[in-house]
Amino acid sequence: MPDNKNIALYIHWPFCVSKCPYCDFNSFVAQDVNHREWLDAYKKELEYYYELTKGKIVTSIFFGGGTPSLMQPFVAEGVIDKIVSLWGICDDVEVSLEANPSSVEYDKFIDFAAAGINRVSIGVQSFDDRQLAFLGRKHSAEDAIKAIKIAAKSFDRYSFDLIYALPEQTACDWKKSLDNALSYAGGHISVYQLTIEKGTDFYTKYRRGDFTVLDDDCGGELYEITQSIMEQYGLPSYEISNHAKKGEESKHNMTYWRYGDYIGVGPGAHGRFIVNGEKIATKGHRAPDIWIKKVNKTGCSSHEFEVISRKDRAIEALMMGLRLKEGIPLSRIELESGSSWKEIINPDKMENMIKEGFVSTKEDILIPSSKAIQRLDSLLGYLLTE
Amino acid sequence: MSHKLEHIRNFAIIAHIDHGKSTLADRLIQTCGGLEERDMKQQVLDSMDIERERGITIKAQTVRLIYKAKNGIEYQLNLMDTPGHVDFSYEVSRSLASCEGSILVVDATQGVEAQTLANVYQAIDNNHEIIPAINKIDLPAADVEKVATEIEDVIGLDASEAIPCSGKSGLGIDELLEAIVTKLPPPHEGDINAPTKALLVDSWYDPYLGVVILVRVIDGFLKKGQKIKFMNSKTVREIDRVGIFTPKHVLLDELGPGEMGFITAGIKEISETQVGDTITDDKNPCHEALAGFKPSIPMVFCSLFPIDSSEYEKLKDSLGKLALNDSSLHFETESSQALGMGFRCGFLGLLHMEIIQERLEREFDLDLIPTAPSVVYHIYKTNGDMIELYNPVDMPDIVSIDRIEEPWIKATILTPDEYLGGLLQLCQERRGEQIELTYAGNRAMLVYRLPLNEVVFDFYDRLKSISRGYASFDYEIDGYAPNDLVKMEIRVNNEPVDALSMIVHRSQAEYRGRALCERLKELIPRQMFKIAIQAAIGGKIIARETLSALRKDVTAKCYGGDISRKRKLLEKQKKGKKKMRQYGNVEIPQSAFINALKMGDN
Repeated sequence: MPDNKNIALYIHWPFCVSKCPYCDFNSFVAQDVNHREWLDAYKKELEYYYELTKGKIVTSIFFGGGTPSLMQPFVAEGVIDKIVSLWGICDDVEVSLEANPSSVEYDKFIDFAAAGINRVSIGVQSFDDRQLAFLGRKHSAEDAIKAIKIAAKSFDRYSFDLIYALPEQTACDWKKSLDNALSYAGGHISVYQLTIEKGTDFYTKYRRGDFTVLDDDCGGELYEITQSIMEQYGLPSYEISNHAKKGEESKHNMTYWRYGDYIGVGPGAHGRFIVNGEKIATKGHRAPDIWIKKVNKTGCSSHEFEVISRKDRAIEALMMGLRLKEGIPLSRIELESGSSWKEIINPDKMENMIKEGFVSTKEDILIPSSKAIQRLDSLLGYLLTE
Repeated sequence: MSHKLEHIRNFAIIAHIDHGKSTLADRLIQTCGGLEERDMKQQVLDSMDIERERGITIKAQTVRLIYKAKNGIEYQLNLMDTPGHVDFSYEVSRSLASCEGSILVVDATQGVEAQTLANVYQAIDNNHEIIPAINKIDLPAADVEKVATEIEDVIGLDASEAIPCSGKSGLGIDELLEAIVTKLPPPHEGDINAPTKALLVDSWYDPYLGVVILVRVIDGFLKKGQKIKFMNSKTVREIDRVGIFTPKHVLLDELGPGEMGFITAGIKEISETQVGDTITDDKNPCHEALAGFKPSIPMVFCSLFPIDSSEYEKLKDSLGKLALNDSSLHFETESSQALGMGFRCGFLGLLHMEIIQERLEREFDLDLIPTAPSVVYHIYKTNGDMIELYNPVDMPDIVSIDRIEEPWIKATILTPDEYLGGLLQLCQERRGEQIELTYAGNRAMLVYRLPLNEVVFDFYDRLKSISRGYASFDYEIDGYAPNDLVKMEIRVNNEPVDALSMIVHRSQAEYRGRALCERLKELIPRQMFKIAIQAAIGGKIIARETLSALRKDVTAKCYGGDISRKRKLLEKQKKGKKKMRQYGNVEIPQSAFINALKMGDN
């Protein structure tokens, strides 16, 4: 289990140049953002959370969004410096930035590197201009390739995102696209299946019948193809949608999946960390202007400090842990729940799942097979006690 | 009021559903001054909401009208409103037995229908004089001539003096009232001085009055304070109220020969009153009881389960309350693996079943799962015993069975001839045997023997859809006959689903089994494993469908911020699982069974 001295930090930058039709993240299109003012507010909220988590050491920082690469590098630098001065960071700290492959942004890569960013995750999504247009992206395939090249030079590590299972995408199309994309790969790629989320532009269009999405059978087929191609390429999956060479996994995201502690700073950012033995969930105010006002006034924007029950902690740990190829130790579930894992997982059902080849146990660790990972929602619904 | 028999007329109104019987009755009441205009709700005699809404009459009602005829004499008219539907033919026959004449109402736009026939034959069996009334003549599509010809051709009744009328506009109502007085006979017998003899026509529970008994007096009087004896059930009671409906309750001192009305006698449960019983004076009894009626027998059975298992007790109470006023409703506890605790219920027929279900849902606010309707089979065992099988689940071991007999019906179908082909095919598919096929104008009358089992399934819906609603259908029970019947089981991953077991004819088993398996395949959500859905007779699989495993079911993106949301989704999923039933590794939502059980769209 992760050392409980460790903590990860998430910083949310809520602004984008434009809103992508598939995205349901907390993002806003804004013209005049006062970067100085934002840096000050981030620092304030960091100080607030520091008071609750003194003594921890930061193992990763993640700038997410929105589009944090639109930030001026001095904001990132100021945030990183503040974190160093408050908690302190471990030697192999991972500092990631999400970036879009536009020239405005990749031209700043070198400055971000100088600010302390050592890993970039680029929202490539596709190397096909037609698909990029459908996805509402403002960049071209050429931009993407250029951004990757600059990122490879500027940062220790880079990753990029791809989206598949687009309407009418066939297995053959996807194989070709993925093969092509892999020629630009570094040590890490995230490959997401397109999902239609409520409140997005795609949701409206989909409901209106403008396009159809692939059914679960086709989606499943593309998923399986992805797994085998990535594996052949030496980028096996370590989580449902994340693939990496050994040792190149996203440390920050691993904290989420291993149910470690993390702090969320910025509008709509979530945190989950232990204070006096209780796991606390925090959630920043979603609206940027209100967030700033609240932070300036009280130091923190979170309107709820929810104490997560022991049982829910165990369920959350299991829910996240089974997303990982490595699985989750049963003792970890017991540590969260404070009782036997049999209170959380129905042991008869677990027996069934072992028989059917969905999970296995290696010593103490509950390991999901690949067929279980791709049906995880059903599996969880099945395994959990009532 | 004098008790001159010649100034009394007891009559029933008979008609096919929707031919305007209740509206016509309302108009008669109004014309005779029984109700002011402002008291007239539509169809005052249909007191249950469900009766008014569906335009059907379930319980018989009686109303006393005072009519001053053209000859200057005041007549006492006792009107019985009878149920039109086949399921309630038992109530119809009861009502008819207490009258001497009938008004046969036929819709001027529709003509003679199957229930018209059935009811008319019952009236004829009861030696009624019949006045044909051609109703709804105010409608543009009315064709009085054509309908009159149909009455003569199809029913064989003289329609030369049929009365054209409209319950809605009031046209012809005076003529009809005059015809009641001049054409229908007064009560045949009736002796003021003889010992009290009265027929118990019906009874129902009233929350204020207790059990109200509808009576027809033959001889003597029924008076307040009188000690009366129920000859069949051999109980003695004291009358505390005597009265009539106008349709309002009006209390009287007595009811005399030939009259109809009600009494109450401090009775708390209708089970104490036996319909058809003879009521007489305790001290001075009559010598001979009246012939009485055959008891009603439930013909169609289905099980009712509450969707929410905690509502079992409520369902029990509600059925009990309905049974208070419905002696033909039978119910018994049943436990099903798929659907939990519920009741096996017996009904007079499909409409009766539907009405009970609807009343339970509406008046008692219950959500129910009804199983597929079934009939009572007679199982003759090799050791000579005969058992009545009410529920396919209770079928004994095949080796111990000599033969199985099923109930048959004689069905009468009237249809415009263009739909005849489709209906013949339907009857053939349902193992029917043709008895008669006759024509009257462009309408055909079809008489078939059919196994009741084939009719309870979805016959009526199919009939209506084939004929676009124009064919009408009625039936009477026509004995039991042996047949090659088998119990078909539905299995999910090799485990039988009790609620879906059914008795079918061997020749239909494969078709029905396949249909049900296909349907379940659509209804059961895909799971992590593949699921075998099978139909089997004994150990033999006759149909099989495989529901392939779910290929993918996972949230693609899940990071720190999504944990709460994800957990809440899981909680929702778990809540939904309370309505799941476990079959081996497989969890099947109750809704899949409910939908598989829904009839009509199979």
